[in-house]
Amino acid sequence: MSFPWAKQYAPTNPFMRWMDEKLPLPRLVYNAVGAGYPVPRNLSYMWNFGVLAGFFLVLQIVTGVVLAMHYASDATVAFGKVEHIMRDVNWGWLMRYAHANGASFFFIVVYLHIFRGFYYSSYKAPREMIWLLGVVIFLLMMATAFMGYVLPWGQMSFWGAKVITGLFGAIPLIGEPLQVWLLGGYAPDDAALNRFFSLHFLLPFVIAGVVILHIWALHIPGSSNPTGVEVKSESDTVPFHPYYTAKDGFGLGVVLIFFTIMTFFAPNMLGHPDNYIEANPLSTPALIVPEWYFYPFYAILRAFTFDFILPAKLWGVLAMFASILVWFFLPWLDKSPVRSGHYRPLFRKFFWFGLIPCMAALFYLGGAHAEEPYIMLSQIATAYYFLHFLVILPIVSSIERPDPLPYSITEAVLGSDRKAVLGENAEPAV
Amino acid sequence: MIRIIAILVGLGFTGVVMLAFVTGAWTAATEGMGEETAEHVFHEEAKGPEGGFSFDGPLGNWDYAQLQRGYQVYREVCAACHSLKYVAFRDLAQIGYTEGQVKALAAEWVVPGIDPDTGETTTRPGLPTDYFPSPYENNIAAAAANNNAIPPDLSLMTKARHGGTDYVYSLLTGYEPLPAELREEFPEFETPEGLHFNPYFANLNLAMAPPLTADGQVTYAEGNPDPTIRQMAADVSAFLYWTAEPKLEQRRQTGLWFLVFMLFATILAWFSKKQIWSAVKPKRED
Ligand code: HEC
Ligand code: HEM
Repeated sequence: MSFPWAKQYAPTNPFMRWMDEKLPLPRLVYNAVGAGYPVPRNLSYMWNFGVLAGFFLVLQIVTGVVLAMHYASDATVAFGKVEHIMRDVNWGWLMRYAHANGASFFFIVVYLHIFRGFYYSSYKAPREMIWLLGVVIFLLMMATAFMGYVLPWGQMSFWGAKVITGLFGAIPLIGEPLQVWLLGGYAPDDAALNRFFSLHFLLPFVIAGVVILHIWALHIPGSSNPTGVEVKSESDTVPFHPYYTAKDGFGLGVVLIFFTIMTFFAPNMLGHPDNYIEANPLSTPALIVPEWYFYPFYAILRAFTFDFILPAKLWGVLAMFASILVWFFLPWLDKSPVRSGHYRPLFRKFFWFGLIPCMAALFYLGGAHAEEPYIMLSQIATAYYFLHFLVILPIVSSIERPDPLPYSITEAVLGSDRKAVLGENAEPAV
Repeated sequence: MIRIIAILVGLGFTGVVMLAFVTGAWTAATEGMGEETAEHVFHEEAKGPEGGFSFDGPLGNWDYAQLQRGYQVYREVCAACHSLKYVAFRDLAQIGYTEGQVKALAAEWVVPGIDPDTGETTTRPGLPTDYFPSPYENNIAAAAANNNAIPPDLSLMTKARHGGTDYVYSLLTGYEPLPAELREEFPEFETPEGLHFNPYFANLNLAMAPPLTADGQVTYAEGNPDPTIRQMAADVSAFLYWTAEPKLEQRRQTGLWFLVFMLFATILAWFSKKQIWSAVKPKRED
């Protein structure tokens, strides 16, 4: 797909012409991320995070493949193998620290990407499929990161794996056999470590495949934009290259500056000291927590402490999965015809004063000890989380009166769009 | 329809979690927010030595003389109970020892070996390629010799605890008799036979007897500071930071180059972005 005014790929170099006939790969690239892809001219920096997520996916694959060359998924040697990478492998410390902090940065940029989607309701038609694929990517990322954290076989690796796989035990009847089947035993051991390594190696390539579908789906309607008004004419767009390649390049530079600071000067800040103790099934750590990027969902899991018909633990598991699954339904829960939060005064209030503080609280509480007042606070935040997506969003979107929208992106940027005045035959503005 | 279902599901989850909230709040109101424990009230945050360590801060670096003193403390005191299994003698070359010195230092250690004639297990002097030997045959022997507590391997100790080197330093210098206030507030708290009170240890009683007990316990070579308890504790803590993070120097140096490069590249990227966008710029104001 493309807008009719998209530039056409027309190679002049004879080799490229030959290539274009035999395998039009350069044409594909040209139309996907080159001058052949017209993009709204008014995208803010919030639209950088998709490309940044792609960068971190590639970084994880490259560093991960190198780490796998020196690692062994045998519970008796795994911890020592990681130390071997840190001490004896040339630049091994860099590969490992870049991979560990790369995972954190991957989640940071993807969270910003998702929250961009919440604010601008990028999930709405015609972009539902992009969003659905995005949620699939996020679930795959969570599975990948969880299994990756088990590989160094430290105390948190072991106990985190034990707690999370133990959640399956909460499912009635099939829970326990399912848990034993998943782990290959009653507690994480060699069998679990081996299959986690195998899957941890595989899943990033599955993610890469879904990312291709995500971008394919994106190229059908094209990107949305901060006004949420769809592209109407050529003056609303600029070619992706060089405009957005340049802008994404700058954004990448800024994020890499932060990434460099973390990886080289505070590489263990986001990690947990207990994971530098080798796994020991006989010694339970004082506080078992997952990696920071799972904190909100861990807080939701732990918020359910009351047996109401079902056991509290099962409620927690259901709520934790539901808290992500609700994202799948957003395109149909939010019925406002207006996309951008800029023009939705009531929605915007709930976003900034409801959802954002609620998520911030869940991020904090997921890492805190399971004691009061943290439990009560996470119960309030969890309640708001579900209210926000399942109750507030459907109701607000049907009762709110949006602010007036600009006629077009061009009008929003230039103050006027001659087409708005003169109709479809006017010369486009530049 | 989907919105009705969603609202019901949303109210369902909210209702159940609010029930949990109400019962929790009720318990908190009637029984208080959980008891204060001695471990809570008397646990102290780790503090580093006065003036800090040479490697503190983003650009700090090793003080080789200190690392060598720390090695000496480890060898003469801690090695009686603690292994250092991820470190090889050859690694000592990284803290300023020459090749010859490393050979000599390695040979001072006794490591397990195999008799080349009979194949029986024996012992032999260490070689630079050997790793630091463990003081005990196995964990059972280690526990038996230490009141049922296994002295942990120290290679990664300074990365495996909150507070890192400051924690190890505080632990070594923090032994004290049970404070009177603690005795008053928590009369049932006691230090069992064979354990030792230390406010920096998470549950306040640990199985390690104070390993550094007297100034001058280790004799430092000419030109070094006096081996006070604090000095020895700081030196061995610094040494243990090196064993945990031997690539610190290389990491910070590489990082600095990376950072300079990234700043430069990002500034260039900023100007090229400005340049490219200047043509479509006419924004609202002009
Ligand atoms: C007599 C044997 C012995 C000597 C000598 C000894 N330790 Fe220990 N150490 C132990 C034992 C036993 C433990 C386990 C304590 C426990 O878990 O209660 C321990 C634990 C530790 C811990 C871990 C505390 C924690 O947070 O779990 C550190 C750090 C430590 N020792 C450092 C040292 C240093 C440094 C030296 C040398 C200056 C040293 N030890 C000398 C027996 C010893
Ligand atoms: C590996 C992870 C991901 C990669 C590499 C990726 C990549 C991209 C890219 C390159 C874009 C276009 C640029 C942009 O709008 O930022 C994009 C758009 C989009 N992504 Fe993702 N994405 C990822 C994960 C996700 C997730 C987890 C979600 C949501 C749950 C999501 C939802 C969206 C949506 C809705 C758009 C269209 C936004 C718009 O046009 O306004 N993506 N993605």
